[in-house]
Amino acid sequence: MKTSSLKNMTLTLLLITFVAAAALATVYVFTEEPMEAARLAKINRAIAEVTPPFDNSPSDEVAEVVLDGRTLRLFPAKKNGVLVGIAVETATAKGFGGLITLMAGFLPDGTIYKTAVISHTETPGLGDKIEKSKSAFSLQFEGKHPDSFQLAVRKDGGDVDAITASTISSRAFCDALERAYRAVSSSSFQ
Amino acid sequence: MSLITKGILKENPTFVLMLGMCPTLGTTVSAMNGMGMGLATLFVLVLSNMAIAAVAAQIPAKVRIPAYIVIIAAFVTILQLLMQAYTPALYETLGLFIPLIVVNCIVLGRAEAFAAKNSVAASALDGIGIGLGFTLSLTVIGAVRELLGSGALFGYPLLPSGGVTVFVLAPGAFIVLGYLLVLFNKIKS
Repeated sequence: MKTSSLKNMTLTLLLITFVAAAALATVYVFTEEPMEAARLAKINRAIAEVTPPFDNSPSDEVAEVVLDGRTLRLFPAKKNGVLVGIAVETATAKGFGGLITLMAGFLPDGTIYKTAVISHTETPGLGDKIEKSKSAFSLQFEGKHPDSFQLAVRKDGGDVDAITASTISSRAFCDALERAYRAVSSSSFQ
Repeated sequence: MSLITKGILKENPTFVLMLGMCPTLGTTVSAMNGMGMGLATLFVLVLSNMAIAAVAAQIPAKVRIPAYIVIIAAFVTILQLLMQAYTPALYETLGLFIPLIVVNCIVLGRAEAFAAKNSVAASALDGIGIGLGFTLSLTVIGAVRELLGSGALFGYPLLPSGGVTVFVLAPGAFIVLGYLLVLFNKIKS
């Protein structure tokens, strides 16, 4: 360990930060492409999960709708050029642990086909039951049309059975889904 | 060799030194998460230990802590970028905790207590030992919590009845850690 002087302290820190920055920049250049690919693969997986089989590339035909100050992305799924479903990337900030991002799939007539959770930070064991693998909560929406099926939990006068002890997460899920439906009905896909 | 084994038993970072409790309690919801966090810390620990051992003699005493932190933060960010690119699924579950490795007392603790005074090779072994100890502890805590909390192990369902929710929540983390500490001290003595 050397004795400290202003000159060697400044020089050392300058050198270390410079080397660190250079190392980070190098790694970033190499990981940028796979990182983007991973993000895209995830979106594409979610789209395939929530729409009927299609043969186009929905992420290339994305349309954007701004609702409540939030940008929703709509991915049209087509088979032989005919629209078979619309996947909507929707989000809500009303979750118990913060932002919940969903992929909601609709049939062309507005019926909910399937849903998938893209990311969330809900409590493990409680709010994370919005995930399909953890409970049947999200399955109750399948095949329902939001015009006849109120997207609100029963406590709020809707038709949705909330997750026990996770009303806030359930409400947030409905909020995101409801916004997705509004985006679909206001879009030109219908 | 003793440098490696001491990290697992005599100086186990979780059960003996009681360092790095934040990621220990936060990420051990399942055995897989615990192991992932442990291995991530192992990666940073080994590299930062080696880098710091190599440059420690040239660093003026008064700025050594900021210098170490920059080195550690650089390795953590590299790890974060690599995970995002190549293991997106693991990054999703651990993402929140990866940046916190920077302030994990184990990493800075080993830099200050060991790497700054020893050779690069010895520091690498020390990093491997402490990192393995941390990984093992986190995996064990994660396995116990996953088994009791969700009735599964490494994602495979074992108990058909599910589990007791409290064990996947924060209080369960403290309870499991406490009992494992008792057990570990019993075995050690």
